[in-house]
Amino acid sequence: MITSCDHASPRTRAALCGLPPRAGLGLKTGHFREVLGSLPDIGFFEVHAENYMVAGGPFHHFLGLIREAYPLSLHGVGLSIGAEGPLDVQHLKRLSTLIERYQPQSFSEHLAWSSHGPVFLNDLLPLAYDTPTLDRVCEHIDQVQNTLQRPMLLENPATYLAFERSTIDEAEFIREVIRRSGCGLLLDVNNIYVSCINHQRDPLTYLDALPLHAVGEIHLAGFAEDADSLGVRLLIDDHGAPVDQAVWSLYRQALERIGPVATLIERDNQVPAFNVLMAEAQQADELLRCAGGRP
Amino acid sequence: MSTQAVFSAALLDTGLPCPDGLCSVNGADPASRFAVYRNNVQRSLSNALVDSYPVVMQLVGEEFFRAMAGVFIQNHPPRSPLMSDYGSDLADFISGFEPASSVPYLADVARLERLRTQAYHAADIAPLSQERIAAAFADQEGLSRLQIGLHPSLHVLDSAFAVVDIWAAHQHDATLAGINLDQAQHALVLRNGLEVEVFAVDPGASQFIGQLKAGLSLTEALESAEAFDLSQTLALLISRQAITHLHHKVSP
Repeated sequence: MITSCDHASPRTRAALCGLPPRAGLGLKTGHFREVLGSLPDIGFFEVHAENYMVAGGPFHHFLGLIREAYPLSLHGVGLSIGAEGPLDVQHLKRLSTLIERYQPQSFSEHLAWSSHGPVFLNDLLPLAYDTPTLDRVCEHIDQVQNTLQRPMLLENPATYLAFERSTIDEAEFIREVIRRSGCGLLLDVNNIYVSCINHQRDPLTYLDALPLHAVGEIHLAGFAEDADSLGVRLLIDDHGAPVDQAVWSLYRQALERIGPVATLIERDNQVPAFNVLMAEAQQADELLRCAGGRP
Repeated sequence: MSTQAVFSAALLDTGLPCPDGLCSVNGADPASRFAVYRNNVQRSLSNALVDSYPVVMQLVGEEFFRAMAGVFIQNHPPRSPLMSDYGSDLADFISGFEPASSVPYLADVARLERLRTQAYHAADIAPLSQERIAAAFADQEGLSRLQIGLHPSLHVLDSAFAVVDIWAAHQHDATLAGINLDQAQHALVLRNGLEVEVFAVDPGASQFIGQLKAGLSLTEALESAEAFDLSQTLALLISRQAITHLHHKVSP
């Protein structure tokens, strides 16, 4: 059982994450010129790997220049690690090429599936947590880490429903994947909050059940609200709003347990002006400082 | 069928029931929660098409576009996680989509927007300097065998409609007033530095550029094209940094 004061040795965390223990932002195409023009004081930028799997043009031009000035986190959204079928070897090759080109400090993906056979569904879909799924996810992560020759971080999911055939609790499933594969954890605090509300779990209990010694990066984001057939509050991880107060508070509690770790403000929809995102990043930086980060 | 096969099919076909074997901790109907995933998939794919085809959407309105996108998504889901490729076959779909038949130029506008996306992401190849190009053209002896390599972003589109004018009108005030819609136009699309540019060229120039792209020599391409202003066309290609290679074709 992982305890709530499970501080990793610095070497463990350094091996899992080369990003500085500061706030970072998702790099938006609409902000390329502003970032290069003003070179804001920010810990790192993160991009979705698939957006940069193009031959040339402005995306590579700007990412190349921005990479010279900032650490980079490469975040995959299309590998489909939880798929029933084999991983797309072509896609792994594209990832490998991108990593070779940009030498990101971190590569992460999701505990989810997004492809079935040849069809890509462009969403992070939920898994039944049982032994066959556990074996398959571990095999896929082994294949990724062997191909890329580096450890990856796996992000805990936001989910809206469960499977009757699940036999393993989600946090325990993640703990076992990380123990067996040696990958790190991308701790998405918004996903914890969203899933815990949706599945009536206690967020702190869930947080404490995760393998916090393996956290290599944290994600913070906003959610949208919906309701299920009983009219019960259902939270949607839509990355379309500022980080909620409840998520900030859970983030504070996570930092108390694990110390300062690179933290991304994720925003993919209704993207505001760059300075609005910077203000959220500064809020995270402040909490990281309190947690013992840079002076 | 496997769990993910059933799940995947029901995400794409909104007429299918919610898959079996799902549950929610509070006893809510799993269908109301499955609906979140279905909505995410439909919405994200529809948004990807909206982003790629802004003028097509302006021409038919968002409501029609999203309804058409829904039919397209169900029949042509993505086959790759690279969303920049998604909808590359939308123009062909529009050609056969009966409800859109009253807008006969819609498919060609989609083709033009697709070429713009392709040009935006095309490989980076440095253009030849104007001096190098001038020197090659000054060599009268080699001119007949000269082959002109064009930037990978460059494409031509031949349309029976005023596709360039229709597209250009939607970059400003989105009015088609004053445009003769049935005037055939030939679009030249290329990326000049970081900017994608669109030009209307003469039919002969379009044929000539198409033949250069197919690997014909300057002379062969000229012979197979109807009359056009060669110096003006070459000046356009040079000024837009579209010439990336020059070499002499070996005689057969």
